[in-house]
Amino acid sequence: MTQLPTLTDEAMLDQLQQAAFGYFLETVNPDNGLVADTSRENSPVSIAVVGFALSCYPVAVERGWMKRADAVRLSVAALRFFRDSDQSGASDATGYKGFYYHFLDMKKGTRVWQSELSMIDTALLIAGALTAGQYFTADTPEETELRELVDFLYRRVDWLWSQDGGGTIRQGWKPESGFLHYGWEGYSEAIVLYAMAMGSPTHPIKADCYTAWTATYQWENLYGHDYLYAGPLFVHQFSHAWVDLRGIRDPFMREKNSDYFENSRAAVYIQRRYTQLNPHEFVGYDENCWGLSACDGPTDEQSDAVSPDHRLFGYAGRGVPYGPDDGTLSAPAVLASLPFAPELVMEAMRNMLMRFPQMMVDNRLASSFNPSVPVDDQPWISNGYYGLDQGVVVMMIENHRSGLIWQLMRSSTYICDGLRQAGFEGGWLQPSAPEGAR
Amino acid sequence: MSPPFDATITAPQDAWEDKRVADLHPAAWANPKPADRYQLVIIGAGSAGVAAAELAIAMGLKVALIERHFIGGTCLNTGCVPSKALIRTARLYADMRNAARYGAKADNIEVDFTAVMDRVRRIRSHLSGGSSVRRMAKLGVDMFFGNVRFAGDDTLMVNELTLRFGKALIATGTRPHIPDVPGLREAGFLTNATVFNLTELPKRLLVIGGGPVGCELAQAFRQLGSKVTIVQDKPLFLEREERDAAQILSDAFGRDGIEVRLNTTATAVRAENGAKQVDLLSADYKSTIEVDAILTGVGRVPNVQGLDLEKAGIKYDAKKGIAVDDFLLTSNPRVYAAGDVCLEDQYTDTAAASARIVVNNAFMRGRMRLSELVIPWCTYTDPEIAHVGLYVREANLKGIPIKTFTVPMHQIDRAVTDSEEGGFVKIHVREGTDTILGATIVARHAGEMINEITLAMVAKIGLRTLARVIHAYPTQAEAIREAAKAYSRTRITTRLRARLQKWLARTTE
Repeated sequence: MTQLPTLTDEAMLDQLQQAAFGYFLETVNPDNGLVADTSRENSPVSIAVVGFALSCYPVAVERGWMKRADAVRLSVAALRFFRDSDQSGASDATGYKGFYYHFLDMKKGTRVWQSELSMIDTALLIAGALTAGQYFTADTPEETELRELVDFLYRRVDWLWSQDGGGTIRQGWKPESGFLHYGWEGYSEAIVLYAMAMGSPTHPIKADCYTAWTATYQWENLYGHDYLYAGPLFVHQFSHAWVDLRGIRDPFMREKNSDYFENSRAAVYIQRRYTQLNPHEFVGYDENCWGLSACDGPTDEQSDAVSPDHRLFGYAGRGVPYGPDDGTLSAPAVLASLPFAPELVMEAMRNMLMRFPQMMVDNRLASSFNPSVPVDDQPWISNGYYGLDQGVVVMMIENHRSGLIWQLMRSSTYICDGLRQAGFEGGWLQPSAPEGAR
Repeated sequence: MSPPFDATITAPQDAWEDKRVADLHPAAWANPKPADRYQLVIIGAGSAGVAAAELAIAMGLKVALIERHFIGGTCLNTGCVPSKALIRTARLYADMRNAARYGAKADNIEVDFTAVMDRVRRIRSHLSGGSSVRRMAKLGVDMFFGNVRFAGDDTLMVNELTLRFGKALIATGTRPHIPDVPGLREAGFLTNATVFNLTELPKRLLVIGGGPVGCELAQAFRQLGSKVTIVQDKPLFLEREERDAAQILSDAFGRDGIEVRLNTTATAVRAENGAKQVDLLSADYKSTIEVDAILTGVGRVPNVQGLDLEKAGIKYDAKKGIAVDDFLLTSNPRVYAAGDVCLEDQYTDTAAASARIVVNNAFMRGRMRLSELVIPWCTYTDPEIAHVGLYVREANLKGIPIKTFTVPMHQIDRAVTDSEEGGFVKIHVREGTDTILGATIVARHAGEMINEITLAMVAKIGLRTLARVIHAYPTQAEAIREAAKAYSRTRITTRLRARLQKWLARTTE
């Protein structure tokens, strides 16, 4: 039985954060800096997970979990790999137009699974690169090279191309069939994507692109809370892992007299209310046991102990209030809401870990658990770990503890320019605002 | 031997069909001798044409009504009426299979498809009396059957007969749009025009197209026991609807065991060994499925061909239909259009309402505008998806600040007691006011519930008033009041806070 829930907040968070970070050292290929999507056997690389790794190394250096030289070495290995990678857009290349295929081979770094050239996953990779570039500022040959690589990779991305002449950025492209024929609709994790795409000095998207995206937003009053609707929790977290969205507002949020950070806090309250109402009567749900997000989940093959009308969704973007919901909750998704609602998140984490300790091994959280799907009389637990979960946990705990990642990205002129281009104003983005002001 | 499941399928010649034909297009009908001049000639006796004829006769006008096929149009013969009759039985079977959820038992459920379709045709035949030729003639309408061609600004031909008119109304409706898939025509397919003639259930059915009709029929046939695959070339069904509504429908299809293929197109069809092989393409993924029947033509194209519209100077587009202004006048000042042939919103009641606008504008010097109609609609899947007024994205594009009050059905007692908690009520208001701009309802009986919102919009009743309307408890429509109460709570908070601040400011002075 874990003792973690009995520790102080700070001690508990420290252990959770360090254990999460361990994922990257265990799954990185030191030769090319690429990191596995999951800890499962034969997992390919997820380019987004590489972005999280690049963002987490500075945290590990600051916390003394990793030597600076090792962090630089792994970061440079990854950045060099991407610089030198096949950008022909061929079906077995690594990327095209500065974007990269979603999943790559761990050794060769070439496309696997016929995956798409992914705009959002490339954005998360590049956000990680920018984070590294902002942190490793020493005047050494290694760190100078690192910064040059970051700048090269960022400037190479042809964001304008990803619009495909349309109003908003496309979600993906395949060499076999061209652009996936759907774009972004509704609020999503894409603010960081748009900020980088607008801040680009080389290939910026069109000025009205961000407005075209926010025109698909839905401002709703749900369970007594006004908020910008998005079902899964991760949508309310991913851009926030890099961008400090406290107190800065785009035209949409100015009109609604809110900001994205407050909105993510509202999302926590809505998750709590949903699990309290528990419309499908799943086991374990209550106001301190929540976390519907994109995560792994059980499938029909894994359990025959559920009733025939209980549908299982496997890996899916679970959300509230419309689902999909099969009784699967993600503890990493709860923990990643820490900066928005620390007291509620800590209460939920302690409660969930006390009741379902099986979801954590050596202080590291599995992607998800489902007490409504028993396996040998125990709750179903996702096997192994997912890099996205571990990355966002490390970053959000750090933002809560020290604000390190936010500070680094606040000093990125690309990000600041992009946010201003998108119409963000106020708070720390004001040129005259003193350091650290909201 | 299975039936061919193609366009050659005709309605069984039973007593129901005999009555329907006698009501709607009797074989022995002889067209009357035309009057010298009609004040109103109506082309097409569907929902719009019949509504216009009834109003015009009530106003004392001399009216001719011309129909090529059956009175009652798509709605009565091949649309709303038969499909809703079919859906009712399909839902019953779905409920029977779902009996355990209600603590009930229903074993050995066996679908008698012949009986299902017999009921559909009986009900269609029963309702055809309301639009019968005899009734029209009795009202005083000169009823003609035949093909229409315009011969000039104020003249048209019905077969060989010449009709002169003061005003004319084109209400010819639409027909199924057949997608251009190689081999489809040769292999044979069903459309809404033929599907209700079936007497045998296709074991495996492919539905091409995820609009309202495709979704309704896909689910109904699945619930009746077909193995159904639905192919839609978009990322979601019901392209026009809100994302959440379409997503809930996708989930419901998964629940029902429908094989959903989104972002997928049918690229070729081959008939082999009595079955149909259909090639599908999704991005770069190719596959082939084998089915017994293909239902398509669920998109619609306007009936504008063969009318010689050019001779009357009437502008039209082969895809968009007859061009009309907001008063429903065409480019010929004597000729109006109404219903599906000219409208984007293709619903029975909208067709009838637009026809009444035409009669008003043509003869009462009316200046009624199409754009002033508040038009609700509903897709009768389970759950139903109903909408009225603006969508959020429309408001955003028009720069109208919009806020949505959302109530998931799982918050409503009656939905929970009925185990029908999937869905929601979303009411959109102009931000900072209680003025309703639109609403979407997803619920088992959303079509019934949307009417309250439509009433409120037409009568200009805001959420503040709706919050005061006590709804019978427990009913699912209470979700509407809950949304209104959520609005009221936001107002109370703001007001109380303002008062408190004033009071505090005074006491600390």
